[in-house]
Amino acid sequence: MRCALLLGVTVLLLAACKREERRFEAPPPTQPVDRVRMSPLRVGGSAPNDAGLSPPPGYDESAYAINEGQRLFGWFNCTGCHAHGGGAIGPALMDARWTYGSEPENVFDTIAQGRPNGMPSFGSKIPEQQIWQLVAYVRSLSGLTPADARPARDEHVSVTPPPTLRRTEEPTGQPPEAPPP
Amino acid sequence: MNPLLPAGPQAQSIASLFAFFLGVLSAIWVVVVTVLLIYLARSRRTVGTSEAPEVASSAIPDRPGHVLRPTDPVRERRFARSVTFFAALTLAVLLVFLVASVLVGHRVATFNQQPARVVKVTAHQWWWQLEYEDSEASRIVITANELHLPVGQPVRLELESADVIHSFWVPALHGKRDLIPGWSSSTTVQADHPGVFWGQCAEFCGTEHAQMALEVIAQPPSDFEQWLASQRAPAHPPENDTQRRGQEVFVHGACSLCHAVRGTTAGGGVAPDLTHLKSRRHIASGTLVNEPKSLARWIEEPQRVKPGTHMPAVALSPDARNDLMAYLETLQ
Repeated sequence: MRCALLLGVTVLLLAACKREERRFEAPPPTQPVDRVRMSPLRVGGSAPNDAGLSPPPGYDESAYAINEGQRLFGWFNCTGCHAHGGGAIGPALMDARWTYGSEPENVFDTIAQGRPNGMPSFGSKIPEQQIWQLVAYVRSLSGLTPADARPARDEHVSVTPPPTLRRTEEPTGQPPEAPPP
Repeated sequence: MNPLLPAGPQAQSIASLFAFFLGVLSAIWVVVVTVLLIYLARSRRTVGTSEAPEVASSAIPDRPGHVLRPTDPVRERRFARSVTFFAALTLAVLLVFLVASVLVGHRVATFNQQPARVVKVTAHQWWWQLEYEDSEASRIVITANELHLPVGQPVRLELESADVIHSFWVPALHGKRDLIPGWSSSTTVQADHPGVFWGQCAEFCGTEHAQMALEVIAQPPSDFEQWLASQRAPAHPPENDTQRRGQEVFVHGACSLCHAVRGTTAGGGVAPDLTHLKSRRHIASGTLVNEPKSLARWIEEPQRVKPGTHMPAVALSPDARNDLMAYLETLQ
């Protein structure tokens, strides 16, 4: 009886280790990164339609992928414009407002193809699996990834609560209001 | 990679200390085991002869089975004296060892504070970056995974870590020295004779800790200066169209985001500098021998060669891969 209980608990514990799962071998590329897609210009708040791109599994729920994304965020100098998520000359990434959509495929296209007014295109520079890792990290900044798979702590001085304590933002898709004159 | 074949003064001191310990302790072991064997043999003989019960022994009244042997004051005193003598001898030997350790530790730590050259060693997950310092910034040389030393000249190593705790260990030259993030430590080494010595990260630092080797190449000072001058030169420009296309792939593709090649616009600083890639004997920190076949495999499937490495597999068309390989071959 005790043995069966122990076995059951072990199986449950092992099954719960998904957040630590490491996928070293990249899955074969699903979509060519350099496909040409037109950004549908539209008036109003709805996010651009990035249908046709499907996020692969194993990134948003993986602490490893998110931590790799965090490392790449510094290596590739995303911090140069976005600071550590708080925004500088680039928009903040840890709030609920997503100019070009907060779904993984929106963020993927933002990184791969660039966006007007300053976001460069990294599609030819960053391999696809690393873009998905960056997507997972950027989304974790706003609490959009599962709470058990967020980077435990930042390496820099921070005035914001740690990612594990951050509440999930409700993405509005609205661009920030213009500051009062 | 053998600390018993020292190639530097500190490793020599450590090896002598080891030999001293080994010699003294072996002698003590031999004496102890000999005495033990003698007494074992003697007690077996006395059991066999079944000597007569001692006349002077008297039974303890309330403990029927026990026999209280009479104490012989002379024998007792001799016994106490010999126990005291051997305890004191043990203590003395330990003290000698302590003094020898402290002396060797001091000699190793204070070895030549006036180095001829400074090399900054930065440990990354899972490779070594080596920066040969110079008073002129344009003469600084950055390489990876291969530490060249001029024979007979002390070289100070400034040790830093870019991510987690690593440990610098080249057994033929010196003991271990930890590299701690946010903390700069230093050590001075010297190679006494030319040769190739293997080093290894000696502090568990993640998945590929075991594949984090460092090759130390000690060469005569004139060869060393020649090597340093060749490393200082920018990369050879490509000579034919294939190589030029390969350079395009490198500079405008994913490689340049992490790797640098001096003389081009590729200036990534988070992965090994590839300006003189082909001059190195190994790639991926001692994982593969540096030959075109293994370099192609490393680029094609790095996660199979060294699972977990930060080098990603980059999707390249067969043509682009061939061009890139042709270009990398020019980085002599």
